[in-house]
Amino acid sequence: MFCTVPLCILNTIVKLALDNFDKAFENRIRLQAMSVLVANDSYDFNSLKELLQVTDGNLASHLKALEKEEYITVIKSFLGRKPNTRYQATKAGIAAFKKHLEALENLIKQQK
Amino acid sequence: MKEKDLLDDLGSIKNIMERSTKFISLSGLSGVMAGVYALVGAGYAFTILRNGELRGPDHSYREEVIIPLVLTAAAVLVLSVSTGIWLTVRKAKRKGLRVWNPVSKALLLSGGIPLATGGLFVIILLMHRHFGIISATCLIFYGLALVSASQHTFGDVKWLGIFEILIGLAALAKPGYGFLLWVLGFGIMHVLYGAIMHFKYDREVSA
Repeated sequence: MFCTVPLCILNTIVKLALDNFDKAFENRIRLQAMSVLVANDSYDFNSLKELLQVTDGNLASHLKALEKEEYITVIKSFLGRKPNTRYQATKAGIAAFKKHLEALENLIKQQK
Repeated sequence: MKEKDLLDDLGSIKNIMERSTKFISLSGLSGVMAGVYALVGAGYAFTILRNGELRGPDHSYREEVIIPLVLTAAAVLVLSVSTGIWLTVRKAKRKGLRVWNPVSKALLLSGGIPLATGGLFVIILLMHRHFGIISATCLIFYGLALVSASQHTFGDVKWLGIFEILIGLAALAKPGYGFLLWVLGFGIMHVLYGAIMHFKYDREVSA
């Protein structure tokens, strides 16, 4: 009981620090995909795949997760006969990304 | 250990965001080659201008002199562009990157519009026989194209563009120096800038 007291305090501190971190961006691929969509008006699936060097299925599942959080939207169209899927960051997504970045930078500053 | 992960995260974000918005396969060497072609072309143009047969009775040039000059300029352009594309594709292959992607498309679009406009502008000027400002026009539109395209590639390109614009305005102010300033803008500046960019960006691939 005596040794769990400092542990409780530590947990609270860590929790407060982690609160600004978005669980949606815990995975690095998701974080990177979001960063591309924040830096560009929109980006198509295949270019994302090539940029992030991941497989079709891997990327698709990460993008689905971001879509579920309503951080990105999908635009499906056809280029001639080839299907073309583009993604766009939503306002909420951009805000969440920036918040996450700030949290990352703050944590690094604190740990120095 | 956790801090290293975080730093890696931030670093990788910055890297990915840059790679998704900036075309980094541009070869500085292509600038040098373009400058060399321009200098050679200018040398050839100079010999044409020295040719007495093309001068009229009042020692001004007959209009026929324009044809070989335009052909020379066109040759310089074609050679520069094709060499530039070849060197850039080669650099991209070495880095394992694809040349044709959203970034290169945006680059060509932002640079291509001022360039195409300038090209048509020059053609119309030629048709209306306003030969005096052709050199200035080429330099100014080219500079504008570079400044516009620089947002999608190395920032240094913007400064080359600004220099070209200034040289072009000088050529406009002093039509007599049009030829010399063309040599400066398309020849010397390219060799200089190409060399700087080559040593700054092309060499990282060395083993």
